[in-house]
Amino acid sequence: MTLEASAVSKTFGKHKALDDVSVTIREGELVALLGPSGGGKTTLLRVLAGLESPDAGQVRLRGQEVTRSGPHARGVGFVFQHYALFREMTVFENVAFGLRVKPRGERPSEAVIQKRVHELLALVQLEGLAGRHPDQLSGGQRQRVALARALAVEPKILLLDEPFGALDAKVRKELRGWLRRLHDELHVTTVLVTHDQEEAFEIADRVLVIHEGRIHQDGTPDALLTRPASPFVADFVSESAIVHGTVRGSGVIALDEVASLEAPVGARVALKKVHIGR
Amino acid sequence: MADARHDGLRERPRGAGWAVAITSLCLLALLVLAPLVVVLVEAFAEGAGTFLDAITDEDTVSALGLTLLVVAIVVPFHTVFGVAAAWLLTRQDFRGKALLGTLIDLPFTVSPVVSGLLFVLLFGARGWLGPWLRDHDVRVVYAVPGVVIATLFVTLPFVVRELVPTMEAIGRDEEEAAASLGASGWQILWRVTLPRVRWALFYGCVLCGARAAGEFGAVSVVSGHVRGETSTLPLHVEILWGEYHTAAAFAVASMLAASGLVTLVLRGLLERRVRASKARSSSAAHASAALALETSISSVPSKGALS
Repeated sequence: MTLEASAVSKTFGKHKALDDVSVTIREGELVALLGPSGGGKTTLLRVLAGLESPDAGQVRLRGQEVTRSGPHARGVGFVFQHYALFREMTVFENVAFGLRVKPRGERPSEAVIQKRVHELLALVQLEGLAGRHPDQLSGGQRQRVALARALAVEPKILLLDEPFGALDAKVRKELRGWLRRLHDELHVTTVLVTHDQEEAFEIADRVLVIHEGRIHQDGTPDALLTRPASPFVADFVSESAIVHGTVRGSGVIALDEVASLEAPVGARVALKKVHIGR
Repeated sequence: MADARHDGLRERPRGAGWAVAITSLCLLALLVLAPLVVVLVEAFAEGAGTFLDAITDEDTVSALGLTLLVVAIVVPFHTVFGVAAAWLLTRQDFRGKALLGTLIDLPFTVSPVVSGLLFVLLFGARGWLGPWLRDHDVRVVYAVPGVVIATLFVTLPFVVRELVPTMEAIGRDEEEAAASLGASGWQILWRVTLPRVRWALFYGCVLCGARAAGEFGAVSVVSGHVRGETSTLPLHVEILWGEYHTAAAFAVASMLAASGLVTLVLRGLLERRVRASKARSSSAAHASAALALETSISSVPSKGALS
């Protein structure tokens, strides 16, 4: 199930959220859109989902143009940053929602809905909480309800907007590993947005670095770390510092400034990756 | 009052505070409580027999019937209109949106008597639509349709103005989530939006109904005060008063006062619910603002990485 955006642009007022962006998400992949806040990654995700229509460019699903169709028509499941659970409904009804709103002909029977919802709740390890309301759940539990709710309609592609952003560090780490295992189990094509490079590198097969509405690099976590395509990527993904210098004479590099390196006095510093340019 | 504990800035009155509190309580007693007592005392001034005669009088019963009919038409109409208008104002972007908002508020700013006159000028015998209506044998002014139309106009803003802030506070997230799960517009409205705004909607309907039952100015102009035909309860009070049936006038007025008290109690109960649901959504909004701040801080590249 290939999902493709080509030459997509989107402007909000004067702010150019996406500037001529092209991406291809291949079947079964787990891709992370990584970048600082306000860089356009959530907008790109919403354009891929069909929650936002681009000012220019096209979105294609398996080669067919879907630029103007909504998320459901695209077979896309969306998990919102703040979960957007239906707070007037129980956990069970939240998960069952997508099944209950199906057109009469496709709507499963009550027995099937019961079975399916309980399976999904088991999958996200929330079996005991079916009768609770969202405000009686912890952040991590809400996140998993949101995921189960999105999975209930069997989306071909799962899109997650900062799925762990609102959780504390420990829960975030647990859920991360769990999401990766879930992906390996269900093989559903997944795209997630994150500003946390550690998170992106840990679970994604491929990472797209997005900044100021453009894609700065598209590659595996390893490629990003070892061969950052631009100073911005190097800066954003690695803990290492960029030290500018000038080559003088026979291979002697004069460093412009070393003061910003946070290292104790006397520590030895190794320059591992040297990018040579003018 | 009820939200004093949410507001850390409020304190118990002291010195000048007491003076202000006592003055306003006295004014309240003089302006609100005293008339209420007068209504009840005067209603029974000539004994319970007169009171009962007045409220079971044929014309009173007919006025009550018309008032209930007006409420029964106006409230459902504004429930539907209010939801539609609030949806347009909070969920859609279009040219003239500000104009729509202003138009909906118009009845609040125009004197009811003036709006009544507008309808006479529009639908009356010598009005713009008068000849056409006469040719088709339809009576609007000095008939029940006029009373209904004038009341519809005067009560226009109540439901909309109650729904708009609530719908703005709850945001679009749940509606977008429902759409992404395949729900149609109607399904979203019935299953997601209306359950969230139901208390605000109900509250708006109560206010709208109270105003519809009590409207005097606009209805007075268009109804023509035809006893037993186009006279609503407030108009009937005026008729009785004008005919020096003081005790009867107060007896009928006490019916309106009683419905007003019921409204006040309902309002008090509902206001608490509406506020609770708004507080819930605004605390969620605060939480998300705090989170947005957190994300922006953690995504600033570490100082050491900058050259």
